[in-house]
Amino acid sequence: MKIKIRYFGMLTEVTGCEEEIIDFPEVVISELLEMLFIKYPKLKDKKFQVAQNNELVPFKTKISSKEIVLLPPFSGG
Amino acid sequence: MSDNRTKSVFKEGAISSVFIGESIAKHQTKTSIGAHNIFLGQVRADVIDNKIIKAIEYTAHEEMANTKFHEIREAAFEKYELTCMHIYHSLGVVNAGEICLFVFVSSPRRKVVFKALEFIVEAIKEKVPVFGKEIFEDNSHQWKVNS
Repeated sequence: MKIKIRYFGMLTEVTGCEEEIIDFPEVVISELLEMLFIKYPKLKDKKFQVAQNNELVPFKTKISSKEIVLLPPFSGG
Repeated sequence: MSDNRTKSVFKEGAISSVFIGESIAKHQTKTSIGAHNIFLGQVRADVIDNKIIKAIEYTAHEEMANTKFHEIREAAFEKYELTCMHIYHSLGVVNAGEICLFVFVSSPRRKVVFKALEFIVEAIKEKVPVFGKEIFEDNSHQWKVNS
């Protein structure tokens, strides 16, 4: 299944991109993250949360969206 | 009259004092209001390791942010007796000394607006996916962390 992964803030400096499409067979977010940690080892040291369908979700959540978003700590205002 | 429609929150660049003044003036026709309260977030020229922050560049996950701003509005109207509420947040570069967040609440009575404003500002800081890149005078940068 093809998933769009989007990165924000400081995470874009780790990945070198704001989004990418990954062909990914697994069904749980943590499995996707394991794959991303291999691709981007420095990502493992960063604090971030994951959102799908505009809601933050725990890493054990099943992927139910075509788009997964990695968000570093919020710093608005 | 409750004014709780979804509105656009993000503005490109700094929020001008003219815009803030005009927002206040627009409420002169809403004569059930007896009290306004306003929060203005201003970019601070922090000094870190002898380097001065000259600006913050804001980015956001806009779709999720708008959903969260809407939820915060709904929660505030539910919790407090507000006549109206406006939230504006900058995107892009805002220089030190300029305004990046403008929250404006109005109610028939004063006590409500003090509580509501704090509730809304704290919720924005906690729940809305906005990211600040602090740019120093030598153009190096670091990522803002909210305290």
